[in-house]
Amino acid sequence: MAIYKLQINGRSYEADVEADTPLLWVLRDNLGLVGTKYGCGIAQCGACTVHVNGNAIRSCVYPVSAVGESKITTIEGLSEKGDHPVQLAWDEVDVPQCGYCQAGQIMTATALLQKNPNPNTEEIENAMNGNICRCGTYHRIREAVALAATKLK
Amino acid sequence: MKLAATAGGGLFLGFSWTSSVASALEVVSDTALAAGKIDFNSYLALSPDGLITIFSPNPELGQNIKTSFPMIVAEELDADWTKVKVIQAPLDTNKFERQVTGGSGAVPHSWERLRKAGATARQMLIEAAAKRWKVPASSLSTENSMVIHKASGRKLSYGELVTEAAKMPVPAEVKLKEPKDFKLIGKAVRNVDNHEMVTGKPLYGIDFYRDGMLFAMIQRPTAFGMKLKSVDAAAAKAMPGIVDVVTFKNNVAVVGKSTWQVNKARKALKIAYEKEGALESSADHDRLFKELLDSKEATVRRKDGDVDTAFKNAAKVVKGEYQCPFLSHAPMEPMNFFAHVRPDGVELVGPTQTPERARGEVAKLLNISPEKVTVELTRLGGGFGRRLAADYVLEAAELSSIIKAPVKVIWTREDDMTGGTYRPAVRYRFEAALDAKGNMIGYKLRGVGINSGNPTREDNFPSGAVDNLLIDSVEHQSPITTGPWRAPITNFLAFAEQAFLDEVAEAAGKDPVQFRLALLEKAKKAPVGEIKYDIDRMKGVIELAAEKSGWGKKKGVAQGFSVYFSHRSYVAQVGEVELKNGAPVVKKIYAAADCGQVINLSGANQQVKGGVVDGLGHAMYSNLTFKDGAPEQNNFSTYRLIRMKEVPEIDVHFVNNGIDPTGLGEPALPPTGGAVANAIYKATGKRLRNQPFMQQAEFKSA
Ligand code: FES
Ligand code: FES
Repeated sequence: MAIYKLQINGRSYEADVEADTPLLWVLRDNLGLVGTKYGCGIAQCGACTVHVNGNAIRSCVYPVSAVGESKITTIEGLSEKGDHPVQLAWDEVDVPQCGYCQAGQIMTATALLQKNPNPNTEEIENAMNGNICRCGTYHRIREAVALAATKLK
Repeated sequence: MKLAATAGGGLFLGFSWTSSVASALEVVSDTALAAGKIDFNSYLALSPDGLITIFSPNPELGQNIKTSFPMIVAEELDADWTKVKVIQAPLDTNKFERQVTGGSGAVPHSWERLRKAGATARQMLIEAAAKRWKVPASSLSTENSMVIHKASGRKLSYGELVTEAAKMPVPAEVKLKEPKDFKLIGKAVRNVDNHEMVTGKPLYGIDFYRDGMLFAMIQRPTAFGMKLKSVDAAAAKAMPGIVDVVTFKNNVAVVGKSTWQVNKARKALKIAYEKEGALESSADHDRLFKELLDSKEATVRRKDGDVDTAFKNAAKVVKGEYQCPFLSHAPMEPMNFFAHVRPDGVELVGPTQTPERARGEVAKLLNISPEKVTVELTRLGGGFGRRLAADYVLEAAELSSIIKAPVKVIWTREDDMTGGTYRPAVRYRFEAALDAKGNMIGYKLRGVGINSGNPTREDNFPSGAVDNLLIDSVEHQSPITTGPWRAPITNFLAFAEQAFLDEVAEAAGKDPVQFRLALLEKAKKAPVGEIKYDIDRMKGVIELAAEKSGWGKKKGVAQGFSVYFSHRSYVAQVGEVELKNGAPVVKKIYAAADCGQVINLSGANQQVKGGVVDGLGHAMYSNLTFKDGAPEQNNFSTYRLIRMKEVPEIDVHFVNNGIDPTGLGEPALPPTGGAVANAIYKATGKRLRNQPFMQQAEFKSA
């Protein structure tokens, strides 16, 4: 076990865990940030997506020891009041069914829009294709990403 | 928990588990709960500040019940929807009936009850205003949480009337609204939990935490037909964070302080298993199916007329065999449950579609009375039927009773996919006898399945439309566990039947839509035996789908037709397919649904589109196979689910016929496979009889 200092959502945290512990489980079990979800544990579904220095990564396969000084953003830190344009678009389009995959979907979409504020449908699909939604909300996800892009302008 | 605020950071002052636990169970804020609300009935409480609290009793797994149930109450109450807070009710069999999510039955069951709950409270508010103003109740109307006296222009808000209204006698009879006066029902209303979901609030069972709670994972036998022989847990017990390793039934549970620690320690277990039943492989099932299809013994499900004579006299006989693979439910949130078995009672918290069953089975297991067991319902990260079973709840309860501590049992995705209660594998043989004019005079269906129960739906269409008909089945008992999977049995049977009817229509030289309509006409004019579906409703969706898709009118577009009745609703679909590098690409699906009155247009659209995506994805890609009793796929790397790029445009239409709601959680799924397979046939000339389509020899390499 070792103490890891982590910069998450603009705050400092410490966790005493083993070096190979995936960031996902540090967030969920040690820091109480359970918005980031477990779906597969092998980087196949995207439910655990968070940002490391603005890049979308799969936290289920990202060991805490690799985080270092990097700045992490989770769904809880996307906005103070839940009014990030992507979150607003998700509500407006009424995307969620069970909702379990949606934190990961939103984090993937936000990272895409930060790099490409004007994605076409193909670019949206390429970015989002790694995120599974078992309930099949794909149409609305696509629509919400496009709507969020207009809100970010 | 090892957690500390860093001296330098200063912003983070400590994390309160308690607040996270509270919000895990309550979506509504504490202020809302503390507003001095007065219960009007099981579903409804009003507060003097105008807040309306509606309790939603049924488990929410994405079918949107937590929004649509309260809409029905609020409609009859004439409530201001912006003042409505919805709370998930725990299991309470005194207050509620049928707290179950399954069978697309919640709205049909509760429609009247919910309307009356709202209308009764409305009537009491009116009586209170009438008393205060000394005017007849009949001179008052309601709107947007207000009682209004038109003649004098006076208005009182519900909040102002609550205290007096609660003292009014509960009316025995109330008048319900005419559907034309609905203001909320039938409109698109956003999910009441959107904000919580898009901000990552702890809503799900897997998010639940309680101080002092332990985490556990369970190693179950690696193959169906194996049992536990011996366990060497020394290495696992010595690993960091591990509190104990305990064995019960065929389970070895690793209990510790965090998910990752128990997951790691579990890999250090040395377990020996031994055979206790057959270790079946998919190749064995393929052989077995052929035998059972020719078996002399079968359970007759329906028999009309004389099939032997009909087939003897037939001008043409059409035959087709269709095979369905096992499937995992694979909800995105894997199985998990929290249990705390105390000397004085049992607390259960987590995702279940059947809280009452969970309570009953746990009470039986622990030999206590069900009243001693409480079940708190979290939001479910999907269910698809998997959470109708209580196996994972029982495990958590048994483990807690052994270790005498509160514990949350978490399944990994691998546990979830290899842990059973699958959609059963089935093979069907269809035979149709046609006379010289192309009329279907005989119809035979045999279904043979692995732990499938009755794999037919003997009273569904085309039963009743064919003079000579025989439907029977044979079941093979296997150690592989199976259970209901969204639209049980019909999720595949509908494809097989609708694809076969396409073959028959072709052999008869008839248009597939006209062929189906003619059969319905026959069932109406000269019904054979009992008819348990509504001919007019089925006809209605067929005609609507044909119209919206431009059936038979589009040049150069390969279309396929399908229609199915399941649970209580009717859905017809048209698929459109194009070829790309020799492989079929589904471009568009039209769906026409008759679910009676639509409650929430947004949620209803989701159920149809989600059902179509579910049906399409599994028909095209998903397959669970076995080798020596062990599933060969254990995660999304090998078990394929549909992804965004593979989803076609979906065009949804509802029949508006003014009948009461008949449910929509499942009925949109069954027709999709048939619509797609029939379109693929049009595009490629290849009849697909097995799923998943993209693993068939024709397209495997494409
Ligand atoms: S849980 Fe990390 S990608 Fe699935
Ligand atoms: S909304 Fe249920 S998995 Fe995406």
